[in-house]
Amino acid sequence: MASLSLSFPLYSALDLSERRRQPPAARGLRSGSCPIFAVNREVLIPLEKPIGYTGADPYKISSTSDPLMAGELFGGHQSPSVNPRVTWEGCSVLLDINDGDRLVFARLSPAANLKIGDKKCSLRPLIGCPFGSQFRVEMGPNGPYLERCIHRPTLAANDMAVREKGNEQVESESKDNRALVDNNTAQSLSCEDIDAMRRDGATGNEIVEALIANSSTFGMKTVFSQEKYKRKKQKKYAPKVLLRRPFTRSICEAYFKKYPTRIGFLRIDALSLLLSLANISAYSDVLLVDMVGGLLTGAVAERLGGTGYICNTYFGGTSYPLDIARIFNFSSEFDSRIVQAPFSFLCSAENHDEEDRKLHESDQSSGIQSITKKDSLTKCDTSTGSTLVQEEQPLQNDNSSLDEELGNTKETLSSGHEGLHENNASINYKSVNPRKQASSDAIKMWREKGFNSLIVAAPELEVDDIVKKLLPLLSYSAPFAIYHQYLQPLATCMHTLQTSKMAIGLQISEPWLREYQVLPSRSHPQMQMSGFGGYILSGTRICNNSEACNGNQ
Amino acid sequence: MPSLSDGGSVLCFETKERSSSFRGAEGFGEREREIEGFCGIVLKFVIVSMLTIDPSKKNSFQRCIEDGDLVIVYERHDNMKAVKVKKGSELQNRFGVFKHSDWIGKPLGSKVLSNKGGFVYILAPTPELWTCVLSHRTQILYIADISFVISYLEIIPGCLVLESGTGSGSLTTSLARAVAPSGHVHTFDFHEQRAGLARDDFERNGLGSLVTVAVRDIQGEGFPDEFQGTVDSVFLDLPQPWLAIPSAGRMLKQDGVLCSFSPCIEQVQRSCEVLRSDFTDIRTFEVLLRTYEIQEGWIQSATEGNESYRITTHTRRKRQCISSEGNGENTEKASVTSTVMVRPSQEARGHTGYLTFARLICH
Ligand SMILES: C[S@@+](CC[C@H](N)C(=O)[O-])C[C@H]1O[C@@H](n2cnc3c(N)ncnc32)[C@H](O)[C@@H]1O
Repeated sequence: MASLSLSFPLYSALDLSERRRQPPAARGLRSGSCPIFAVNREVLIPLEKPIGYTGADPYKISSTSDPLMAGELFGGHQSPSVNPRVTWEGCSVLLDINDGDRLVFARLSPAANLKIGDKKCSLRPLIGCPFGSQFRVEMGPNGPYLERCIHRPTLAANDMAVREKGNEQVESESKDNRALVDNNTAQSLSCEDIDAMRRDGATGNEIVEALIANSSTFGMKTVFSQEKYKRKKQKKYAPKVLLRRPFTRSICEAYFKKYPTRIGFLRIDALSLLLSLANISAYSDVLLVDMVGGLLTGAVAERLGGTGYICNTYFGGTSYPLDIARIFNFSSEFDSRIVQAPFSFLCSAENHDEEDRKLHESDQSSGIQSITKKDSLTKCDTSTGSTLVQEEQPLQNDNSSLDEELGNTKETLSSGHEGLHENNASINYKSVNPRKQASSDAIKMWREKGFNSLIVAAPELEVDDIVKKLLPLLSYSAPFAIYHQYLQPLATCMHTLQTSKMAIGLQISEPWLREYQVLPSRSHPQMQMSGFGGYILSGTRICNNSEACNGNQ
Repeated sequence: MPSLSDGGSVLCFETKERSSSFRGAEGFGEREREIEGFCGIVLKFVIVSMLTIDPSKKNSFQRCIEDGDLVIVYERHDNMKAVKVKKGSELQNRFGVFKHSDWIGKPLGSKVLSNKGGFVYILAPTPELWTCVLSHRTQILYIADISFVISYLEIIPGCLVLESGTGSGSLTTSLARAVAPSGHVHTFDFHEQRAGLARDDFERNGLGSLVTVAVRDIQGEGFPDEFQGTVDSVFLDLPQPWLAIPSAGRMLKQDGVLCSFSPCIEQVQRSCEVLRSDFTDIRTFEVLLRTYEIQEGWIQSATEGNESYRITTHTRRKRQCISSEGNGENTEKASVTSTVMVRPSQEARGHTGYLTFARLICH
């Protein structure tokens, strides 16, 4: 049950509205961090372009809605653990403003606000609404507010009629744009007129209608141009907000569109392939190297559904940022199942305790984790450690305290991370903490049994070396998948694995994704596509141990 | 009645091999009752499972090949076969005769030898490997489309998913993995024999508790009313998907996602026209995979007297010969360096189909 009494205001987040403008080379390579790429002089990353949302279907807007009713209509609050389709207070959401023009991750609370254009709107009306609902900015006596648009089948039918008209028109095109001259005189409404309408309380849609009525060229346009014109004006005068579920699909697409470097250019089709090729399934114990900001961790956790375990491993003293995993709405049972461990812990059995102490010390000095938090997390690990071999056992009794602590954890943890979140303090409630250390029981178990899957997404590391190190941690016959932005490191890695006979079924593949515009008599591939989705090396670990597989050598 | 001996391996299924050819609907009824009767036991004792429904049976270093296991026999990445391990059985291929009894007790992922010294690897089945070995009773979906469909349909554990047609069950197997352990896939095909064979496959693979196969003309009758408004995702691979879309829309929860796979753009066109009345966020994609092959080669630098630039490639076996005999040669020609080179594979799939996704409008 997620209706929580939060006393502090929450508005979070990560506004992806401004895409960093950088030359492609700079986006792909952070200087100095990837010596291996030096050998790739001839390998160019194809220019990456955003996949646009098709906009193939304009959203319909009606003027009647009652956001307060939404909760009742759709069963009010639901338990977030059962794949909820209605938002709750404290829920993480993706706000899609004007068909993907702006994408904002936010956490819903009565006090949270969102600025759209020059208007600041409360997010309170979004609480208790189904995902997929759409809102429009309206002016009320107390300033701008978000009003829910209710779709009506009749409106959809109207839209259908427009389509059909368009269809006929294409077949026997009677209009074309030859008479349209772009001289800025077509619109007779001035800015002052529009301001005056606003002061008189006109809705956004009324302004759009007025603009159309006062356009001398609108009637001369083809049906499709008319639609385009209308959509453009709606974006400006009646901006809309679509409430999306923060799922792997939407999160990956949002980052890929706005900040591809933060996820190592890992496109949704490549990510999907990694999950399939590594056979991620319920109850799996999955070993990860996630250097794509936590997107991989979140995606794998989503597939595990609160079962199995994710162990993120890292090389050197510092673990990698995993903040994106916090955007997912995972219930508390997920949290105990996402842990991390330095590689040295996973492979060496003996002086673990010694190293553990050292890690504590180094953490303290580098300020990554505070000692108090560390202790409490270790406590919670021990409790999960005991559930490792049994069925999952929700940690309900200490849930509340756990969440609070994770809240604190979050503040400390992400303060160093390149300002990814506008307001760190605001992301906490219910978000997972992917950076807890694995308990020694868990590590011991993994060392004995092996992991069931391995995914490496380390676009900046030399994969050859780390894959050679990680494969022995995988149980026999377990599949693995390695993602890289460059082809050559994977080729080298594949060759190493072939010669060392550690794996079979080795395959390098490159995903390719093309989106289409499908409209009556106007279907074609979209003008823009992403030219680059990275490369994947996949295979299956084999038993090459002469003792275990007697007689095969 | 099957007995509980033999380590309790998939009792119900083992006695009925798929090779015992197709039986009529009557036969299936009987079979279902039998399975139902053993439901509890099946869940408890399934060891031949592609998925870890029982966490205590999951793959580990200690997990050895057992009598009754369904395994994948791997010769090469393009030559694999599903085999049910049975004491006393043999596998024969171009490398010789392999005794199943030699496999039992070895870890999965082991290399096993034939009477002639040839070898294959024995692997645990996964949905990906299954797609490579299943018998093609229809056109099937492959990994690129399958993986994209699962993500884009937002299928996670616990989801309720509808699919039609079942075809050869290539996609269904991955759908089952994605909804496990608590969700369910209901898959429909109007072809009775195909439905039956697919059902057999799911049971043999240990997916029986996650997948229900039913015979139904989905284009004609739509999906059964009992699912109305309860379904998270729907997948259609039908010749005229537009006929099934209105029914799919009634089954979906609000904001639920539908996907239709069609090889031809004309099918997509018609589907999209129908989708527009109840769906939003309609997007059509084409997904392909390009595979690469590597070669270790020696690139000669263009020095004087050596006008052209030569690349010599060797297969791995050849290279090993060379390195054992040819040390002298290497030191002699210091300008020759060995590199791993990579290029796209000669053969590639050019088109599979278009994937159209849409979300049910939220009222
Ligand atoms: C191409 S196959 C599906 C392959 C499947 N996606 C796979 O990956 O194995 C199409 C299937 O749809 C079935 N089918 C065709 N029309 C149907 C209908 N009206 N109702 C139900 N199934 C139908 C056919 O019998 C066929 O098995």
